[in-house]
Amino acid sequence: MSISQMKKSLTARIVQEKIYNLLVQGKRLDGRSPTDIRPINIVTGLVEKADGSALVSIGGTKILVGIKTELGSPYSDRPREGSFTVNAELLPLASISFEPGPPDERGVELARVVDRSIRESKCIDLEKLCLIEGEKAYILFIDIYVLDYDGNYYDPSTIAVLAALATAKIPKYEVVDGKIQKTGEYFNLQLQSLPFTVTFGIIREKFLVDPQIEEESALDVSVIIGVDEKNNVISIQKNSPGLLPENLLEQMIEIALEKGTYIRQKFCEILKINI
Amino acid sequence: MKDEKIRLINEEGIRIDGRRPEELRPLRIEIGVLDKSDGSAYVELGKTKIFAAVFGPREVHPKHLALPDRALLNCRYHMTSFSVDERKPLGMTRREIELSKVIREALESVVFLEEFPRTSIDVYVEVIQADGGTRTAGLTAASLALAEAGIPIADLVAAVAVGKVEGHIVLDLCDLEDKFGEADMPIAIAPRLNSIVLLQLNGRFSKEEFKKALELAKKGIHEIYQKQKEALKNKFSEVSLMEV
Repeated sequence: MSISQMKKSLTARIVQEKIYNLLVQGKRLDGRSPTDIRPINIVTGLVEKADGSALVSIGGTKILVGIKTELGSPYSDRPREGSFTVNAELLPLASISFEPGPPDERGVELARVVDRSIRESKCIDLEKLCLIEGEKAYILFIDIYVLDYDGNYYDPSTIAVLAALATAKIPKYEVVDGKIQKTGEYFNLQLQSLPFTVTFGIIREKFLVDPQIEEESALDVSVIIGVDEKNNVISIQKNSPGLLPENLLEQMIEIALEKGTYIRQKFCEILKINI
Repeated sequence: MKDEKIRLINEEGIRIDGRRPEELRPLRIEIGVLDKSDGSAYVELGKTKIFAAVFGPREVHPKHLALPDRALLNCRYHMTSFSVDERKPLGMTRREIELSKVIREALESVVFLEEFPRTSIDVYVEVIQADGGTRTAGLTAASLALAEAGIPIADLVAAVAVGKVEGHIVLDLCDLEDKFGEADMPIAIAPRLNSIVLLQLNGRFSKEEFKKALELAKKGIHEIYQKQKEALKNKFSEVSLMEV
């Protein structure tokens, strides 16, 4: 059962007025322009026991992603492919608005939106993760934890998942006489695409990207747009109540493509990947 | 395992179920189909069949959840176990949790919740058969159920999925097109407000394709909206005649 969240507080409504007035002048509370993204930092390999991990911050929001691999059977409708699942948890230490317990609908939504971007872009070559057709394949468990929440946990989550995937070292198994053996070696997942998401916040007829927490609580609507390196839109999710004016969408997609390219450049620069 | 490629659309542009790219499946709408609820509707879009029912505004349970300035909107999107090819396990899947959320948010955008502080409005969407487009047909039904319950809304919500199959932009995806096509974009609009209330995309669109898909969706939504209004008028003109 999905239940209404607490409505905007009175302070949020006052802040909204202020944010809107700033937006009209092309400004924001923290001095950014409406389409600026906060500084991005990426640390990979922080968790040695994970097969891949990344700690990503975007401004004050911090996301930790870890990947664990297991062997299992492929899905019956995709016998020649390995698989992956994405989970997300909003940890109670990240914000007073997160509570302990199983992932709530926000966590489920985050996991599913990131999952869609990764899946649609086909960035993981799943056929390479199959060991014995129809019987054994690698399964990647990609787990997202929100560690510190200062607005917008979608974009850094996607960045962290890609950083963990790009730097993951997966234990290699081989098939000898029909049996699976660990080789003691590791292999890299050569990513075939780098899909990033860009989160938009809308107040009246103005929009901004990468809302920080004060802005986020004052938004009318928010929308996440995922883009790939070939300038395709690969995922969209309107993730809040509210009316999204139709005429803003086209412009938002332009900006999403532009900002996606910016994040991709940053990502490659920090991880020293050539594209 | 044979690699048989399913053709979803042929050379003449006719789709797997015989429709043209910009054609909706047959739409059937009935209002007031479940007696015990305050408002209900049944929507059939091709083989997709959905009941929606609304309770409220009524007292909130548990009480501490009540909001001082408006009604609480609760929403559950649920599929029956036999609605899909392989039996769906009982209980809520992650997909159902996500869809409950996006449907609730879409409805919250149009319901005048501030008219009913400290109460709850509960919306239940039950998918009895799924053949693509269940969240959108569910929303189409839910907004009619709200209307029948007499809950003030700024506009009806009409919804449809658009997508891309084998390079063609098509309206109202069926299950096969959703599974094997390249893109699926469910969209719900409050037409009178020129606003989108639900928008998701799973798949790949270029900027131009997105534009085209949005236009096509609006056309389909306009058609559904007309049928929704017609269904409401039929329902209530009947009642008023009886009362005369």
